[in-house]
Amino acid sequence: MTLIPGRTSKQGTSLNAGKLKAEYLEVTSTVEMNEDDMKKMKLKDGDRVRLRSPEGEVVVTCRPKKASDLPSGIIFMAYGPSSSELMGSDTAGSGMPLSKQIEVRVEAVGAGEEG
Amino acid sequence: MSDKDNMTDNGTNTETSAAAKADAKAAPGAASGAAPGAAPKNGGDHIKIVKNATCTFCGCVCDDMDLTVDLKEKRITKAKNACVLGRAWFAEHTIEDRPAALIDGREASVEEAVEEAARILLEARYPITYGLSDSTCEAQRVAVAISDIVKGSVDTTTSVCHGPSGIAFQGVGETTSTLGEVKNRADLVIYWGGNPAESHPRHFTRYAVTPKGMHIPNGKKDRTVVLVDVRKTPSAPVSDIFIQVKPGRDFELLWTLRALVNGKKITADVEELTGVARETLDDLVARMKSCSYGVLFFGMGLTMTRGRHFNSGAVLALAADLNQYAPFVAKPVRGHGNVTGADNVVSWQTGYPFGVNFNRGFPRFNPGEFTTVDVLARGEADAALVIATDPASNFPKKAIETLRRIPVISLDTKPTETSRLARVAFSVATYGINTGGTVYRMDDVPITLRPAFESPYPGDEEILTAIRDKILALRPPRQDAAADRAAP
Amino acid sequence: MSELRIVNGRVYDPANGVDGEVAAICIRGGKIVESVSDSARTIDAHGMVVMPGGVDIHCHIAGPKVNLARKLQPEDHRLDVQPGSDVMRSGTGGVVPSTFTTGYRYATMGYTTAMEAAVPPIFARHVIEELADTPVIDKGFYVLLGNNVLLYQLLKEGRKRDFREAIAWWMNAAKGYTVKLVNPGSDELWKKRRENISDLEQKVDHFDLTPLQVIHSFIEAVNDLGFPHPPHIHCNNLGHSGNFNTTLQTMRAAEGRRVHIAHIQFHSYGGEPGANPRSAAQQIIDYINANPNVTADVGQVMFGNAITMTADAPLAWMLRGFKKGKWVNADTECESGCGIMPFSYQEHVFTHALQWAIGLELFLLSEDPWRLVLSTDHPNGGSFMQYPRLIKLLMDSGFRREEIKRLNQKAIATTGLASIEREYTMREIAIITRAGPARALGLANKGQLGVGADADVTIYTEDADREKMFNSPRYVIKDGVAVVDNHEFKTPHDGRLLHIAPGHDNAIEDAIRPFFDDYYTVRFDNYAINDDFLHAHEVIPTRPAGEDKKD
Repeated sequence: MTLIPGRTSKQGTSLNAGKLKAEYLEVTSTVEMNEDDMKKMKLKDGDRVRLRSPEGEVVVTCRPKKASDLPSGIIFMAYGPSSSELMGSDTAGSGMPLSKQIEVRVEAVGAGEEG
Repeated sequence: MSDKDNMTDNGTNTETSAAAKADAKAAPGAASGAAPGAAPKNGGDHIKIVKNATCTFCGCVCDDMDLTVDLKEKRITKAKNACVLGRAWFAEHTIEDRPAALIDGREASVEEAVEEAARILLEARYPITYGLSDSTCEAQRVAVAISDIVKGSVDTTTSVCHGPSGIAFQGVGETTSTLGEVKNRADLVIYWGGNPAESHPRHFTRYAVTPKGMHIPNGKKDRTVVLVDVRKTPSAPVSDIFIQVKPGRDFELLWTLRALVNGKKITADVEELTGVARETLDDLVARMKSCSYGVLFFGMGLTMTRGRHFNSGAVLALAADLNQYAPFVAKPVRGHGNVTGADNVVSWQTGYPFGVNFNRGFPRFNPGEFTTVDVLARGEADAALVIATDPASNFPKKAIETLRRIPVISLDTKPTETSRLARVAFSVATYGINTGGTVYRMDDVPITLRPAFESPYPGDEEILTAIRDKILALRPPRQDAAADRAAP
Repeated sequence: MSELRIVNGRVYDPANGVDGEVAAICIRGGKIVESVSDSARTIDAHGMVVMPGGVDIHCHIAGPKVNLARKLQPEDHRLDVQPGSDVMRSGTGGVVPSTFTTGYRYATMGYTTAMEAAVPPIFARHVIEELADTPVIDKGFYVLLGNNVLLYQLLKEGRKRDFREAIAWWMNAAKGYTVKLVNPGSDELWKKRRENISDLEQKVDHFDLTPLQVIHSFIEAVNDLGFPHPPHIHCNNLGHSGNFNTTLQTMRAAEGRRVHIAHIQFHSYGGEPGANPRSAAQQIIDYINANPNVTADVGQVMFGNAITMTADAPLAWMLRGFKKGKWVNADTECESGCGIMPFSYQEHVFTHALQWAIGLELFLLSEDPWRLVLSTDHPNGGSFMQYPRLIKLLMDSGFRREEIKRLNQKAIATTGLASIEREYTMREIAIITRAGPARALGLANKGQLGVGADADVTIYTEDADREKMFNSPRYVIKDGVAVVDNHEFKTPHDGRLLHIAPGHDNAIEDAIRPFFDDYYTVRFDNYAINDDFLHAHEVIPTRPAGEDKKD
């Protein structure tokens, strides 16, 4: 799937409070996914998923979005430490890593597996 | 509008104290007029109103904040006219009890920390300076001076936001305007690859969508708003037309539009390629060619995805071509409060907007070579001066690994991942809240800051100036300047 | 207080009637004085020429359009680098150098004052920040008011007094030096339909005004306000064949009042609109020679790289039509337009050779060097770094003849240039590069070496090759500091911002404020610049019309 990290107002307001605070960390470790994709993967609201890229992996919470708002194959999360973990460092000579188009594999995290 | 909170132009702050409320009622008459921004003291002695203060949270740099300040508590209790992000910005920047400087995590005096920072930068073979987009122009000017003196690199967060647009600009140029022209004239407003409802809430209400302007007497009614994005963001409800493009296909879509504008033939597989129907494209082209004044705002949905500077270049070229038919401008929507100032300062001092290297004693520019992600990911830098940004939490992993290895000097208003790993960490005052100075709005318009209350911490400019002066005092006498000059 | 004495040099100080006589110049505390103590450092200027520091009356060196042009051409910077030293910041050159490099290069060429010629007031802060980073030279800037929407409204409503007061307010708000008009009347059409205005008597869109009325009103108001430098006008129809009539019309609108016409070479073209231009240098210079109220700078084009950067946005758009290269347009709310287009002047191109010849004709046919002064409209006609070469073209008719041979001969044949034998004298050069611009600017302490003048002095080693001579002064003294000492940049120095502070009725703010609330995106109270924002600065006095009579 393609991960698109972006700004949200919650990410914006919580970073004022401090980037090491719980709210910011929570906001930046939640991913939005097309509801049909979630059904296919047998995921429900609040389930934990593991995102893997060639660079690394993170476990985040999954929230559904209507298919009309978020197309199949795309997942969205607020910028933060989790998205950085997955981001490659190749800038193709531009200075800019592909920060908003990160190919990731998504898998459900079984109960008790985390930790 | 789905996301009402974001659209609110006159939000009130729930934290407002009773005293401040009483004061706010009395304030407008008292504070307007002769002494703008002065501090009329009514209500309690410790409450002051700052009129026409500037919010530096995002690139909108709204300069119409009326701040209620509790001087005793050293906090802003109310920010009239601020959006949700601005309210958080003003409310949360209070004075926290922290040492002004840390060396290796231990409390140190500012003087000790300045000396240590100067020593690190002088001893390094490839020191880099990075950040600067949340700092005043006055501080940025000193930061570039430091990089010049120690022959390191200077780069700003531009390289990871609209750096590709800067590269595109060098190839294409741009047709642009101040935001007031958009407010006064634009009847076609296109947002592409951005979500201002969440990143720049007042972009809609103060500048581009709802305000009435000289030739737009009815505000939003007189404008057509188009949103192009890969997903339906909270900005979509503001738009009259939403166009959903396939991820990573922005360039194809832009180039197709450009072909249509210039009357070129296009192939039939456009819809398959971009996800957008031909009729939708024809309609958009007709609107762009027939508008009175068109603007295309573009965001990081273009610069951070496949195509990068080609995407930005396509936007700039499309807007330029459209001027055959109608006044048309394209504008990057810039993120941080003074990232535009950083571009300007680095450009006027060196000739290049970001990613500038002084290793040879004069400025060189090469994105991919001197930009911070690359320099760090390749492990080339051996010291870093990080100002008002947090690469340790938002850079790619490889770059962060280097930051962990080398001595880092950080200046920030709050503890961050970067300050946590820094050898020398300064706590600094917040620009626009505690310190004055100049910032540039996303349309390059320079705006002055009106600080609300004093911080016990020095500002960026003060720390950087001290570091620069210390470097000048400590540096060994340079070899013959004439010999240096002959080198290149 | 540091003292300096310059002896044995041949002094050219036309403002004080000194024409190459050997004389001593004494300096104390940044000023020229009668005498200094015996312990003063003495520079032996034997075999050298001593002049006041150069004064550039019209260039583009700081601000938003300059910085856009700087950013636009990395390819131009990389070929021309400026390494730093213990006393200099590093930078880059090319046709739009970085700020530090701009200051150093003016200084090392013997220039100590330069005026940035076009600033939309909303961007004045930016300009002042760049000028603060432009070392050595003193500098000021002209404020673009010639397409200001509020001022047009006041004019339309017949509020002459408010119009004048608003101009004074704006000069204070921006910390400018004088009013600049660029292509008056055109912005509204440009912003509405990407069109231009070509007839000075055509109504400006919905304003019940013509460009001619606008020009006349500004000249009248600024003369009444007594600014040290009159309105500085970039006439309509720049670059168009047949535009000399527009230029004459503009000068006549002054009705004997002081006016300055910028880069007049670009406005001295005959021929039919749309067809090849011809030289109309004779018609233009005849008018200037006969009308002492007019001053002008030439705006000579020099072959090689240049970049068009102008508030005349339609001009850059027209050039884009020819050249198809990268192009910048920037519309500024309620105030101005702007266009930028990289350009190069080439010897073989008919129009370029013609422009070059027309500029030289103007210089060589001018009867009053005080009123027709040197500029290249840097970087529009070429870099200021080309001034020494331009001086050689004026002083050396043999060199000029050789240069003419290399050009498009068809173009040269349509002008009278080849038959003009005149050579500028050293005194005349001193006038067109320092004394003249200083007088036109009303800078009483610049461009001259009399007692009380600013100690801005340039000392050149005499050389028959005038380009070489003017390229590398041996000493450049700014405010009494030997910045360039025996050909070497030795001592860092920062110059001042020169601006005016005309008195005005504060009530005018009540007329301006509501307009800001409605149509600007910057708060009125945040717009005006306070003195504490400025680096070292100097207020040049104004002489309002009423006070003149009292004298």
